[in-house]
Amino acid sequence: MSNLPAYQELTANFDWSITERELGYKPGGPINIGAMCSDRLCDLGLANKVALLWEDYQGNAKRFTYDDIRVLSNTIARFLCDLGIQPGERVCLFMDRVPELYIGFLGILKTGAVAQPLFSAFGEESLLVRLGDAETSAIITQKKHVHKVRKIRSQLPKLRHIVVVDAGRAPLQECETSFQMDKAPRVEQSPVHPTTAESPSVLHYTSGTTGQPKGAQHVHYSLISQYLTAKWALDLRPDDIYWCNADPGWVTGTSYGIIGPWSNGITQVVLDSGFNAERWYGFMEKYRVTVWYSAPTAIRLLMKEGREVAQRHDLSSLRHLASVGEPLNPEAVIWSQQLFKRPFHDTFWQTETGCIVITNLPGMPIKPGSMGKPFPGITATVLDPKTYEPLNQPGVAGLIALRPGWPSQVRTYWNNETGFKAKFRNGWYLCGDRASIDSDGYFWFMGRDDDVINTGGHLVGPFEIESALLGCPGVAESAAVAKPDPVNMEVVKAYVTLKPGFERSDDLELEIMNHIRKRLSPLAMPQEIEFVDSLPKTRSGKIVRRILRCKEFNEPVGDLSTVMDD
Amino acid sequence: MDELTTVVRNYIMREYLEEGDDREITETTLLISGGIVDSFSMVSLKRFLEKKYSIRIPDADATPEAFDTVQRIAELVRRFQTVASSA
Repeated sequence: MSNLPAYQELTANFDWSITERELGYKPGGPINIGAMCSDRLCDLGLANKVALLWEDYQGNAKRFTYDDIRVLSNTIARFLCDLGIQPGERVCLFMDRVPELYIGFLGILKTGAVAQPLFSAFGEESLLVRLGDAETSAIITQKKHVHKVRKIRSQLPKLRHIVVVDAGRAPLQECETSFQMDKAPRVEQSPVHPTTAESPSVLHYTSGTTGQPKGAQHVHYSLISQYLTAKWALDLRPDDIYWCNADPGWVTGTSYGIIGPWSNGITQVVLDSGFNAERWYGFMEKYRVTVWYSAPTAIRLLMKEGREVAQRHDLSSLRHLASVGEPLNPEAVIWSQQLFKRPFHDTFWQTETGCIVITNLPGMPIKPGSMGKPFPGITATVLDPKTYEPLNQPGVAGLIALRPGWPSQVRTYWNNETGFKAKFRNGWYLCGDRASIDSDGYFWFMGRDDDVINTGGHLVGPFEIESALLGCPGVAESAAVAKPDPVNMEVVKAYVTLKPGFERSDDLELEIMNHIRKRLSPLAMPQEIEFVDSLPKTRSGKIVRRILRCKEFNEPVGDLSTVMDD
Repeated sequence: MDELTTVVRNYIMREYLEEGDDREITETTLLISGGIVDSFSMVSLKRFLEKKYSIRIPDADATPEAFDTVQRIAELVRRFQTVASSA
């Protein structure tokens, strides 16, 4: 049995005030995610309950109660205030999945500053673009990543502080400060900045087809829908041991790797390790994980490793499985049903929605391969791509669109209100994805509606890759497109023309791949490079990625009337 | 450490450890689990090995397990060197 009554019953009289009441939030009053996820739980008598069980790839483990995360987030907040960080300033978290990342997130929010988490595998170019755009004031990082910040430091005039959480005796440079959470004087009581519903909370960068990544600005009121979706869609209950695979450098890792479980007073486990099937299953067995929120790419990697690895472990504690990031193929649902005796529940959402918006709720019949139905309180449809009017015919593909107004909806793009407004048509927010709806109201994902590449559940923008490719020796022009991939759904492929005097070679291909991997990130690295004599262009000279993408997916290219003959 | 192992280790240290990263890489250091190489980066490492040793490693054999240590990578390369020479 799940937490929930029937779908129709849930949606009929739904109101987000359910959460406001459960969280004790009074409209117009203060609301601070940092305090709601720590102090409030202690006030409710959960001070000694375990909030975080953390382990790294070598088996080093740490344990934190709700009182620990309350006090340690106070400690980090006080440290930041002493540095002079003011409410509203952006403070970046650039770390692996260490406890300081999770607790630091709450600490930043308690000061009233805006948390800006960034994926620690980002190279210096990706980092520069995002810190520069956000005019970030401080960055909290680790010794192993600080050199990337040092390389770009001179180009970031607004960056006043670089905080290193594990510097030890390593020499630090100007503007760098050491902060060791477990050695800093514990701050038992500290005032929480009285943020209100619309105070900025989290800034997550997300990629689009054109231009550099955009900073999706969320507010403290987002908690209202993150709390309830974690409770209902992930079926979190007081005795659960919950594991979310996602890195808090991405929105899943904050909405459901920090805010969702901790606002619900759940014990969560974190494994700071790369992929290893034996290690992952062993971890779930050791901590008796009950709810597991994963991603199709990870599930397909586990499927590739075979059932035998899983069968060596006792995974009978698993009660509910869910997935996010890209469509979950029917084979994965069937595989989990056979292996774990329960299916993965697909959930659909994105950085801008802040919370799950379309999902297979617990207890709802699952149609393998479907995204499920809109979460209560969310009005979702598919629109005609030409008229932007809802399509009311079952099975006809259109643009996934949401009626604005749910609590965790992105409020704007940082410094880019024009880009934000362009996401709306006829009073609908456009997700940038295509789907159809069947006669039972289930949504079926069809693909992206733009040139953004969804690789391993992460969106990568072609513009950012093409800009970085121009910095590679020999590259004259390029086009980055999606290529189908059995594990990651899509990977990046680059079509490249060379400058005169440069020859196509395996060495050059490898050099280009490594250049992008280091400058941007492993996700953005083209997994294949095809050297070509020319790229398809419109008569005005714009590269037509669509033709190359269709070639990769064996799809018809459609109207070519505006494309130049080569 | 034989020559093959040394080449693989040095390549990983040069290409996958950031400047200033003082972690030691031995034959048994966990590369994938330890977050030094991820499943996306494995592709460029595989490409390097194929080019350097004139071999083809099928995607089915290029698993995170097979790339998790320098020792296992060297074993993988040797296996496909043997396949190439006996073909």
